Amino acid sequence: MRFLLPLGLFTVIVGFLWVGLSLNPHEVPSPFIDKPAPDFTLPQLHDPQKNFSNKDMLGKVWMLNVWASWCVACRQEHPLLVQMARAQLFPVVGLNYKDGREDALRWLLDDGDPYVLSVMDNKGNVGIDYGVYGVPESFVIDKQGVIRHKVIGPLGPAELQNCVIPLVRELEKATAESQISEEVKKACV
Amino acid sequence: MRLMPTLSAVFAALLLLQAPLLSAKEAVTMAEDPVLEKIVNEISAELRCLVCQNQTIADSHADLAVDLKNQVRDMVREGKTQDEIVDYMVQRYGDFVRYRPPVKASTYLLWVGPFLLLFVGIFVLILNLKKRRLLTGEQDEALSPEESERLAQLLRSEEEKNKS
Repeated sequence: MRFLLPLGLFTVIVGFLWVGLSLNPHEVPSPFIDKPAPDFTLPQLHDPQKNFSNKDMLGKVWMLNVWASWCVACRQEHPLLVQMARAQLFPVVGLNYKDGREDALRWLLDDGDPYVLSVMDNKGNVGIDYGVYGVPESFVIDKQGVIRHKVIGPLGPAELQNCVIPLVRELEKATAESQISEEVKKACV
Repeated sequence: MRLMPTLSAVFAALLLLQAPLLSAKEAVTMAEDPVLEKIVNEISAELRCLVCQNQTIADSHADLAVDLKNQVRDMVREGKTQDEIVDYMVQRYGDFVRYRPPVKASTYLLWVGPFLLLFVGIFVLILNLKKRRLLTGEQDEALSPEESERLAQLLRSEEEKNKS
């Protein structure tokens, strides 16, 4: 009887620590989910004379992938992006973040270019507008230009299969009012 | 002999002349505008660096922290208030960017928790003290005459033992 209280306290603390172990402190929930993607207009990487704006993608479900040639984790993610582009799953626009144009072009030439196009954010201002704090990051944006999901760090095959592809398919069918199904929501947490 | 003081006076004067030149050069590189820099630092000390999470962006030299500090500096120049700047960051990075979490429903436990624990601790302490006083109450009373006599005897025999 006299051990009941300490034992109870111990169990509670172990419970908290156990949950804490499975949390990743580097995954800061984005305040942008279900909010309109911040507007930007930036010169294109391959053709700096031409601009690209996020508004050009209205009506399509697409992904904005933040990358840089200096980013090690981007190398890890890159082959999957190239595969996705081959399978023509959905359009991926690259936001080339705080990079040199030459370096960026060489990287795409060497390792393949999975993007429908890339834009140059040399100073990282658009990055700050999107709350980017670690590259790579990816945003799934719906037909109305609303951010529906954010991937922090390299996109992996499991997250792509279980969350991103089903989410994109649902968003493509969805109207402005329809909700994301519970299954997809669960897979995307 | 009288040359020495004059020489040293000249030397001191030369040093004094040089001093402002030296410090002026350094000041330029340190900060263009110390007042602005002070405000920027104050605001930066309220913002968390998301790369190195236990540092503020004022302390951190991570790339992102430097960028965000520049952003803060630009906004201060534009005449934005501290609240406006912190709001701007929270809109982009969420509440986590604030080094001091805001008081709201999801953070009540964080703010009140330590005081709750303190009160529970004090409560348990008082309970225990009361219980102990009940248990040991009789022994606290003064010694009876026989007991004092016995105590004195014990002390005396102890003293004698020590002497021999």
